[in-house]
Order: sequence, then C-alpha cells, then structure tokens
Amino acid sequence: MEKSGFSPVGLRVLVVDDDPTWLKILEKMLKKCSYEVTTCGLAREALRLLRERKDGYDIVISDVNMPDMDGFKLLEHVGLELDLPVIMMSVDGETSRVMKGVQHGACDYLLKPIRMKELKIIWQHVLRKKLQEVRDIEGCGYEGGADWITRYDEAHFLGGGEDVSFGKKRKDFDFEKKLLQDESDPSSSSSKKARVVWSFELHQKFVNAVNQIGCDHKAGPKKILDLMNVPWLTRENVASHLQKYRLYLSRLEKGKELKCYSGGVKNADSSPKDVEVNSGYQSPGRSSYVFSGGNSLIQKATEIDPKPLASASLSDLNTDVIMPPKTKKTRIGFDPPISSSAFDSLLPWNDVPEVLESKPVLYENSFLQQQPLPSQSSYVANSAPSLMEEEMKPPYETPAGGSSVNADEFPMPQDKIPTVTLQDLDPSAMKLQEFNTEAILRSLNWELPESHHSVSLDTDLDLTWLQGERFLANTGLQFQDYSSSPSLLSELPAHLNWYGNERLPDPDEYSFMVDQGLFIS
Amino acid sequence: MNTTVVAQLQRQFQDYIVSLYQQGFLDSQFSELRKLQDEGSPDFVSEVVSLFFDDCSKLINTMSRSLEQPDNVDFKQLDSGVHQLKGSSSSVGARRVKNVCISFKECCDVQNREGCLRCLQQVDYEYKMLKTKLQDLFNLEQQILQAGGTIPQVDIN
Repeated sequence: MEKSGFSPVGLRVLVVDDDPTWLKILEKMLKKCSYEVTTCGLAREALRLLRERKDGYDIVISDVNMPDMDGFKLLEHVGLELDLPVIMMSVDGETSRVMKGVQHGACDYLLKPIRMKELKIIWQHVLRKKLQEVRDIEGCGYEGGADWITRYDEAHFLGGGEDVSFGKKRKDFDFEKKLLQDESDPSSSSSKKARVVWSFELHQKFVNAVNQIGCDHKAGPKKILDLMNVPWLTRENVASHLQKYRLYLSRLEKGKELKCYSGGVKNADSSPKDVEVNSGYQSPGRSSYVFSGGNSLIQKATEIDPKPLASASLSDLNTDVIMPPKTKKTRIGFDPPISSSAFDSLLPWNDVPEVLESKPVLYENSFLQQQPLPSQSSYVANSAPSLMEEEMKPPYETPAGGSSVNADEFPMPQDKIPTVTLQDLDPSAMKLQEFNTEAILRSLNWELPESHHSVSLDTDLDLTWLQGERFLANTGLQFQDYSSSPSLLSELPAHLNWYGNERLPDPDEYSFMVDQGLFIS
Repeated sequence: MNTTVVAQLQRQFQDYIVSLYQQGFLDSQFSELRKLQDEGSPDFVSEVVSLFFDDCSKLINTMSRSLEQPDNVDFKQLDSGVHQLKGSSSSVGARRVKNVCISFKECCDVQNREGCLRCLQQVDYEYKMLKTKLQDLFNLEQQILQAGGTIPQVDIN
C-alpha cells in the first residue's frame, strides 16, 4: 500500500454459504487476511444481519446457491438496500452464471475452490465503491463536500495515516480529499470551486428574479443575484446558469412550433428535425432526446416491443443503461440526483423498504458518476440533429455502464412540483434544464406547447410516450412499459418501484399524472 | 525425542501424502487447507475434513432417497445435491469425489436413473475411501507429534 499506509486490516466481511465446509474455510482464510469475519449459513439470516447493522459490514461474499434464497436475489437485496459490494462465489463457472452475477450487480465472481490470494485483495472493491461514490458526489457539485465526507467517516472510509485501516475512524480529512482529487477527473483541481447544485428551489428563485426584472435578456447576472438573495451564490454561478437558461428558452421557442410535449414525445407530425435526431437511436422504444422541448421523437412508437426492453434492461443493468427514451424530458420528477439527498442514498440505506429488489445503488453511482465529467457531455446541448445515441444519453446515465437511478430522489407522483435540478457548469446542466421545461414554463406562465395532452394511455403511442417519459425523472431508470403489461411488471427490476419509493404507478395513475401536468407536457 | 523415529515418521508421512496426491485422491486445495492450519487452530484440517465427510453422508442419503423410486425420480433435487457435493468436495480437495460428481451431473441432465445410481454408488465409495486414507494420514501426524516432531510441510502446488 504505497499510497498512504492504507491497509485493509479490519475489513468487515460477511460470508454467506450454506456449505459448512466452505464457511469454515472461508472464515479461516479471511481471518488470516486480518479481516473481521462474520459467517452465515442462510441468505435470510445474512439479510437480517445486514439490516440490523446497516453500517456494520464493508463487503459481502456469498455463494450463488443457497437453499433458502437464490444468491442472486440476495445480491440484489444487498445492492439495493445497503449499497455494499457483493462478491459471488460458485463452483460453477459457466458463462451464463457469471453473467447473471454481473447483471445482478456483483462486483466480482469467484470460482471455488477459492484461494487466499483472491481473498487478500477483496478490499479493492470496497475502496473502489467508496471512491466512486465520493467522486460522484464531488462531481455533482455538492457543496457540502466536506460534510459528506465527514459522514463517511462512520462508513469506515479509508483515511490517511499509517495505521489507518477499515473500521477505524479516519484521521485525516485532507488525505481523503486529496485522494479523491487525485482520483477524480483530471480536469478537477484542488482549487476547483465547489459546484453549485441548482436545486428546484434555487432555480425557482432564479426564475422569479428573472421575471421580476422582466425580459430575461435584459436581466444581468448581478441583478438576478441580488434579487435571489442567496448568500453563498456568486455572480459567476448565476451568469453561467443564466446563459444556459437563455439557451434553453430559445430552444423552447423553436420547439413550440412543433407538435410535441414540452420536451416530450413527439407525435405523428414530427418535423424533419425529428428524424435527424432519431438517427442515433437504435433500440425500439427509445426516443431521442428532446432537445429543448421540441424535437423529441418517439417515432418508434409502433416499434416498441416492451418485452425486449424488459429483458434488455435486466441484461443491461450494469452496462449502458437502457435508458428510457432519451426524451429529454423534462419531467419533473426529476429530482436532481445531485441534490444532497442523493448523497444520502449513496450512504447505506436506512429507509429503503425491504420490498425493493433492484439495485438503486448501482444506478445512482453511475448516474452521479455521469455528472462531473465535462468531457463526457453526453448531451450535446445544442445540436439536436447531430446527436448520436451516446450523446442522447441523459446525463445521468453512465456511459460506462450502470444505470443511474436515484430512487430515493424521485419525487412522489403526487408531488406536483416539478423538480428542477439544474446543474451548473456542465452541459449536463442543460439537460436538466430541458427536463424542466414544462415546470419552468408553467412557473413563468408561458404558453406550453400543445398537443401533449393528446397522450392517452390506450394507444400504441402510450407505450412510446410512456417510454419516452421521464417522469421517473431519472436518468438511470430503465423506463419500461409498465403501464399495461403485468408480466413485464414482474420482470421489471424493482427499482422502478422506487418512484418515490412507492410502488409502481399503475396506468390510472399515469393518466392522473398526465392530467396534473406532471409529465412533461 | 528419538530423532530417528521422528525422522522416519516424517518420511512416512511425506511419502503417504504425496501418494495421495499422485493417485488423485487429493488435489492442491488440500495443500491450501494445510497451510491454513496454525497454532491458533492446530486441528483445522481434520475439523474441516470431518465437516466434509458429514456433509457427504447427508447428501448421499438424500440423493439415495431421490433415486429410490424408479418412476418418481426427482432429478432436480438430485442435481442440486450433486452440485452441493461438488462444491463441498472442492473445498477440501477431494478430487476423485469431485470427478464423480461431474459424471453424476451429466447423468442427471439426461435423467439417466441407472447412470445416477451408479454414480451415487461410486461417490459413496470414493468418499469413504478418502475418509480412510485421511484417517491414516492424521494418525501419522499424531504419531509424529507424540514423538516430539513437527509435521512436514508438503507443498504440492
């Protein structure tokens, strides 16, 4: 451990295996690695232990074949509820099994017989995860970076100093920050200002200030800043946000001419623009981003075949997100993953109902991961036609894979307040803005593009529309057609149920939501 | 301590264990197990191996019941049992037992009851054979220790 004397001593491992022989051997091996070991012969028991002490373990190692519960199910639960790295083990190394492990979120898959040398380095998974999370948060422009890191102290994040190890409190904040900076985006520097997270409230203030001043192009950042009366906000923050806002609005103007939902699904009469925009799309059911409210296309409506989506989503869980139509739409519910609550979700979940079965965490991470890298600008903010599929991906998607969903962050459907999360600094911010077109427009009492209300849940279009709908607000969510297909529902990763941590809305709710204008109109 | 006796015993031990590897009774996993044994757990290997044999006995009984009725064989359960046995045998390095499991699984896959029965018999034979062999080995170890000597590290890898 050259870096800083970091040592994995004390790593708290939970081993789950129904084979008593293996359990004994693994326990011995892990102890020899100087880890703190807890053994368990049943999956349910393991879950119980994990839930009891949410912050009590750093990593879980489990056999794939458990008598009381499928190891993959356990894996999902752990990933979902606790955000812990899980290593799967099996005597079976069949490709399909390993694949399944990966799909369900395993950070590694070991073949039995397992050797000491393999166990000696499992700590890397814990470290990696922590680093990713912190990076995500940093990237999101979370202003309270330090606070968050403090909280991580309890999570046994690695720290500085020679005798630092898992299980001990970090001694040195700076070390961690330094480590993070080293690890993070090359463009970041220690002098980098904390990014501003444009939460809905903040943006509202901004918009109100703009309105107060009058026509936005007359409003200068200084004036807006003054009106907003947000002490920690700087003129630069406002200036860059204003720039993006202007761009966004101008695109909206253009979009008004097209029949579409604000940033929503486009109907039959798509303009040629749509076609171009769509070019990047490959998957059925996906629509291209609606850049600035106008050019989304869900033209593939009829081609949508929910089934593949369902399975695809499962298989893509850890890979590029099957993003629901990249309709950039706005929607509301978009609860900025970037908000502070997002961080909470990164931490061991305490509140997630046990019902959840998917892996939010994975999503979140990737989602958040997305944020920081300017180089990644997946969304070409301005040139819709030239979008390639990759670019169409919402900012929240991880190109590298992992859909990002901040389940916890989704506003409840009943939460009619469109959440605007605008991120400063990044092109990604743009995207966010677009999502909230509707909300913004409404708040500004601007005319909304018509036609969106023609969405009904009964037609094929629904599918598409729904699929294009980002009402789940998020990015990583795999948008499935869950409106009308019960079987699909059961196949859907439960994370979709995260929508506000509630159950999946049923079709009726959708109508409700649409009517309430919760969807991007 | 009679060093000659100790040396002889140690030699015997070494030869014996090497022969077990050579004859395919054991594979390198067993060697790994021996490395794990230390002052903190001086009987680690024999404890683990006991667990394994107990497991074998249980699994074989279950599988035997699954195969009892010719027209009502639960191949799924059988397959599960074989899988467990395979996993278990891999934990101690019981190579021959593991190999039988591979054939056993194939028989399950094609629902060959006869084949399964044969495999079951073979697996039973192999694990009991190994049990005897290892018992002899542990006895030798005890003799060495009692004679005041230390057990040789025989690394097969």
